[in-house]
Amino acid sequence: MPYLVHSPEDRTAMLERIGARTMDDLLVDIPRSLRIDALDLPDGLSELETMAEITAMAARNRVFADRLTFRGGGVYRRFIPAAVAAVTSKPEFYTAYTPYQAEASQGTLQAIFEWQTLIAELTALDVSNASLYDGATAVAEAAMMAFVHTGRDEVIVSGYLHPEYMQVLRAFGAGRGIKVRKGGEPTKKTAAVIFQQPDFLGLLVDARSLTDAAHAEGALAIACVDPISLALLAPPGEYGADIAVGEGQQLGLSPSYGGPHVGFIACTRELVRRLPGRLVGASHDAEGRRGFVLALAAREQHIRREKATSNICTNHSLCALAASVYLTYMGPEGLRQVAETGFRRAHMLAERLAALPGWEMAFPERQFLNEFPVRAPKGPSLARKLARKGILGGLDVSRWFRELKGVLTFTCTEVNDERALDELLAAIG
Amino acid sequence: MTEPLSFELSRPAMPPRLPSAGQTGPAPADLLPAAALRTRPPALPRLSEPEIMRHYSRLASLNYSISENFYPLGSCTMKYNPVANEVAAALPGFAGLHPYQDEDSVQGALELMWRLEQALCAVVGVERVTLQPAAGAHGEWTALRMIAAYHDSRKENRTEVLVPDSAHGTNPASAALSGFHVVEVRSGPDGRISLGDLESKLGPKTAALMLTNPNTLGLFEREILDIAEMVHATGALLYYDGANLNAFMGICRPGDMGFDAVHMNLHKTFTTPHGGGGPGAGPVGVKADLVPFLPSPTVERVDGHFKLDHRRPQSIGRVRSFYGNFGMLVRAYTYILAMGGDGLSQASQDAVLSANYLRKLVEDDLEMPHEGPCMHEFVASAGRLNHEHGVRALDLAKGLLDRHFYAPTVYFPLVVPEAVMVEPTETESKATLDSFGAAIKELVAEAKTNPQALHDAPRTMPVGRLDEVGAARRINAWLQGQSDDPVLRWKAPE
Repeated sequence: MPYLVHSPEDRTAMLERIGARTMDDLLVDIPRSLRIDALDLPDGLSELETMAEITAMAARNRVFADRLTFRGGGVYRRFIPAAVAAVTSKPEFYTAYTPYQAEASQGTLQAIFEWQTLIAELTALDVSNASLYDGATAVAEAAMMAFVHTGRDEVIVSGYLHPEYMQVLRAFGAGRGIKVRKGGEPTKKTAAVIFQQPDFLGLLVDARSLTDAAHAEGALAIACVDPISLALLAPPGEYGADIAVGEGQQLGLSPSYGGPHVGFIACTRELVRRLPGRLVGASHDAEGRRGFVLALAAREQHIRREKATSNICTNHSLCALAASVYLTYMGPEGLRQVAETGFRRAHMLAERLAALPGWEMAFPERQFLNEFPVRAPKGPSLARKLARKGILGGLDVSRWFRELKGVLTFTCTEVNDERALDELLAAIG
Repeated sequence: MTEPLSFELSRPAMPPRLPSAGQTGPAPADLLPAAALRTRPPALPRLSEPEIMRHYSRLASLNYSISENFYPLGSCTMKYNPVANEVAAALPGFAGLHPYQDEDSVQGALELMWRLEQALCAVVGVERVTLQPAAGAHGEWTALRMIAAYHDSRKENRTEVLVPDSAHGTNPASAALSGFHVVEVRSGPDGRISLGDLESKLGPKTAALMLTNPNTLGLFEREILDIAEMVHATGALLYYDGANLNAFMGICRPGDMGFDAVHMNLHKTFTTPHGGGGPGAGPVGVKADLVPFLPSPTVERVDGHFKLDHRRPQSIGRVRSFYGNFGMLVRAYTYILAMGGDGLSQASQDAVLSANYLRKLVEDDLEMPHEGPCMHEFVASAGRLNHEHGVRALDLAKGLLDRHFYAPTVYFPLVVPEAVMVEPTETESKATLDSFGAAIKELVAEAKTNPQALHDAPRTMPVGRLDEVGAARRINAWLQGQSDDPVLRWKAPE
């Protein structure tokens, strides 16, 4: 059997040392009536057979080429430097546990410290945690921070937040008695105003006035941001947001049918003790050598139990590591270039699509970066037509928003070269 | 040995070579209002590929990991992570899928999820499983939301969740986040839940009892059938914390014990790697009564075709974006295929055998507060060592690091003083267990003759014992390098 190490002789010797005759002697505490003879599963396979079966299943999926993928909606195709996988596939990183024993976990701890600092720099906020599960749960966690911090039980979602983030926010909110309102002005009952920049459709919102409106009523402002956009756009800390959250998939992680990816959260120093999950801080040993440790653990479930700021134990460290390698590879200039390439290509594509007969920009007065909504004739049949040419076309957003009937969002990044745009236009025909 | 931060290594402006944006299409500054634009670029570090590889390789060398070291971390099931799992998850047919592709184009992915659900149902004995939760605690919370929805649907107002005093910290935290009031149930002298105390706390307000079995002391709750009957008699449900599922796959099933909801940690029992703290995956299995409340969407098979079912009117909603940590699901299913029913059963038997063997090896050196046999882990106490020689569980833990072992879980569960919680798993050889037993013996001998040596441990690690309390107080130390402390500051002086 694969991955098992005891030989039959080992087992006999071990039982003997224990003073047991058979395995059953060790299982005496389990009531007889509960014992089963076997699992209702097929017997195991050789590695050759296992991989043949898995590979056959993978082959029953269709993979669209990066350059011909124009669909986003929260998960994007980007260039991923080879260094990312080279680092994350090091067993010293991927097979390590949560770094409880700091002295034997400095690699993981320092990597997380660097990630926290990268996110703090990107968002221009004071502090970030070790990561969260995804963008959706990051929004929900931020809302819970605001709920506890303000003692108010209503959050307002302004504009087009990713619909799945909204659903997760509602599910989390229901557990804590948080009312989630769509739109409207904040009042003295509002714990936070939540908005996405750029929003789910790719459009820019007036982040500063949303933040100011929240603060005028004593509410917090929570910005859900695209990390790559922060190379171009004013960061949350600059327009006064109290908490910034987002999805880090674009920072070196493959789409992988939606996960695992990585959520991030950053906040002002006033809110640091309300942060959920792990946090790494710098410290030193008796000889003055710098080292990193899990910090402010007194907020956490293993110490505070039912009074903890969150129940988070496992986070997404390895994905955060991938994102750190990506950001360090890019640097400020590389990241700006990536963001700008997507911006230019998307604007070029938007202009060409809007010029097609029957096509028009859905919100011509609004600005966007690299994803935009366009009204297209006959959405569903178009998707099939493009798929036949190997193209993953725009995302039909009317499945979530009835008022957006006939609206598709298209996205461009650096992987969609100019010839890919020509192919898309030709396929639309 | 330490490694500078990437921020300290960074050198000015040597950007990577990337595809040119070209001059076609407008630049951001041409179209966007100045107020929307970033004025100062983020102060990210920039390293070339050779420098990145060296930096992160050096960091990697500072870690202990299951690939190199025995990780006897109780309650964490640190077993070997098969490399075939990694190959499977990286197949372009999985890694390259966009979550919003049409169902026809992702039949293999949906099939894998459907098959994994079937397999997990078989292992734990439930009706359905949701694969959406991203981690164990997330699964606990998801299950509690379903339990709340179940009681609501029956117009019952149940506000309390019972949690044993030996439970994982995530249990009470998940219950509180789910809107429940947490009531603690005491353990009896035999380390099992006290039936008397349980009875006194069960009532019409009880929504659920959360239980780990075997419990965190590594002991099987012998009276589980009576417990289930008591809980169900009051109209409450029984929740299974699957952190310890590795103890009895193919031996018995939580569903048969009367558990109504069960979470599993794919990163413990089913060998997906821990990644230095994640990502994991925390599927939740439920009995028929809870099926209507499962998170949406579920994966269904209709006439041999797989589809996502979003039409679930009584669902608690969505608990994570998309369909969960799909890449981890691929790894877990690959493992299950390779092991099969026979292999999983043998794995649990070996895990129990290894734990009892190791317990035997160290029973003369540390106290065993509860009688054996244990299941897949055991909890010892360094109470006597502390009392007589001033050597604490933490000192033992640090001493083990110097002997190339990761430390056991210490100070948990809270019901044992100076707790040392050891879980060897089925993938550690007898030789490894023997050398761990010998290391404990050595450390206990050292504690008696030279306790100071253990207070000073570890001495062979990249850093010595770190001031964890000080770090918590020095918040500014990690606020963008604003500290004036030369040890902590990473930003070069301007």
